[in-house]
Amino acid sequence: MTTSERQLERDRYRRRRTLTRGAVAAVSTLVVIGLLVYVVGNSPGWDRVHRTYFWWPDAKSSFPEVARSFWLNIRLFMVVEVFVLIVGIVVAIIRVVPAPALAPIKLLAVLYADVFRGTPTLLIVLLVGFGLPALNLTGMPTSLFWLGVIALTLSYGAYVAEVIRAGILSIHPTQWASGRALGMTYGQTMRHVVLPQALRRVAPPLLNDFVSLQKDTALLSTIGLVESLRAAQVISGKDFIFTPYVVAAAFFIAATIPLARFTDYLTVRSLRRENGLIT
Amino acid sequence: MLRAEAVRKSFNGTEVLKGIDLEVTEGEVVCLIGASGSGKSTLLRCLNLLEQVDDGDIWLGDAEITDPRVDVDAVRRRIGIVFQAYNLFPHKTVLDNIVLGPVTVGGRSKAEAAATAHELLTRIGLEDRAGAYPDALSGGQQQRVALVRAIAMRPEVLLLDEITSALDPMLVGEVLDVIRDLRREGMTIVMATHEMAFAREVADRIVFMADGCIEESGTPEQVFTTPKSPRTAEFLARHLA
Ligand SMILES: Nc1ncnc2c1ncn2[C@@H]1O[C@H](COP(=O)(O)OP(=O)(O)OP(=O)(O)O)[C@@H](O)[C@H]1O
Ligand SMILES: [Mg+2]
Repeated sequence: MTTSERQLERDRYRRRRTLTRGAVAAVSTLVVIGLLVYVVGNSPGWDRVHRTYFWWPDAKSSFPEVARSFWLNIRLFMVVEVFVLIVGIVVAIIRVVPAPALAPIKLLAVLYADVFRGTPTLLIVLLVGFGLPALNLTGMPTSLFWLGVIALTLSYGAYVAEVIRAGILSIHPTQWASGRALGMTYGQTMRHVVLPQALRRVAPPLLNDFVSLQKDTALLSTIGLVESLRAAQVISGKDFIFTPYVVAAAFFIAATIPLARFTDYLTVRSLRRENGLIT
Repeated sequence: MLRAEAVRKSFNGTEVLKGIDLEVTEGEVVCLIGASGSGKSTLLRCLNLLEQVDDGDIWLGDAEITDPRVDVDAVRRRIGIVFQAYNLFPHKTVLDNIVLGPVTVGGRSKAEAAATAHELLTRIGLEDRAGAYPDALSGGQQQRVALVRAIAMRPEVLLLDEITSALDPMLVGEVLDVIRDLRREGMTIVMATHEMAFAREVADRIVFMADGCIEESGTPEQVFTTPKSPRTAEFLARHLA
């Protein structure tokens, strides 16, 4: 079967249009970047800013130390992420379960979400980091690492619980009814039918929170953990230079980009799925 | 009015429409029948530009709408479509569902659109449910509202894709009544359906599709009583049994 002349012309037109649009995007991007570079590069203070923040020799010399300590940020992030998911799911479920017997626990869950979402993460870090060890409770971890994990988990668990709860509530009631109609219990329906759909639906906002969590591991420098921000601070305090901060920032950005792209990918994929409905 | 010429469409290498020629004249009611997977929905979606054809032309009036230069939104404003289910916006009341299009794209005033909506709702016997949310309506009521919502845009052609097949037989009748009404008013309709008796009663022309081709097309009398193709005969025998 051969394609008609008309269709070939349409395809040519569409290709041309895609190219034109691509060219317009490329040119406008270049113009904007060029303008930015020109304006910043010609500003009166650029020389000083360049030496203080973007000085290549300083960047090279601080790189190994910042890189080594960034490994601590990654470890923190990995561990906290797991705990946050667990706390988030548990709290979200407690809040949506319609069991009157659970009323006191539900009240606690609401209180938890309200208090920890309302308190600045930095304050939580300080309170947990200095307050918990001061209690002298037996069994309470004293390692700064675990205190940091506890603080961030408390703060982000509250956010993530709300995201997951919203996801659960967004699943159509018919899904509950269908699950229960098969004879599954409330718990089974939640676990096999509703929660998987809810988590898939809220994956983009969840990942968004994780990107934010990744950055907030830097807050733990305030309780004395020598993560990359703290390491940069030590170097720059010694030599009165700020380039190490920029190096640390580059690490945070580099770690965030894969997550951000993954979030985009998930968003686009779920959009495509939902639009692909055909009967 | 609406004309397809040699329309082809493939999904991932499988050809679903293999060169469809179909002409619908003004005021005509055309029923698409055929086995599941024969391409009825795909054809309707192509006619509404929800799918981009791989080859062939579609004409609406004297405009070739398969031309990539046409304004797709403007074309869709002239063609109404109702699907099998999930037509209504669940976060809006019945009335808001109906006035949304006329107000946002039709540029009509809210009051004028609401007046028309109430009139249409009265005609389908649902004026007392104007403030209800879609989930609070029965399936048949939802589909009637979906029809009315499409009509409120005053389309030139109405495409209906098995709009009764998700419904209880008890509810099918009330939806079909609305279609009968529209036909009397001279609306041009192309509908895919499994309701053979209804197709026979209401259609000016029956189009039988098989494997992405139009196997046979003719008046209901001719197709139902003296089908030319053995495939049509076999399909009808199974569905009228
Ligand atoms: N988006 C899609 N991607 C891949 N294949 C598709 C897509 N849409 C439809 N198809 C395939 O195209 C074929 C025709 O589908 P279509 O929905 O048009 O059939 P139909 O005649 O409407 O059937 P039914 O009577 O069951 O509604 C089917 O084999 C279907 O699997
Ligand atoms: Mg179909």
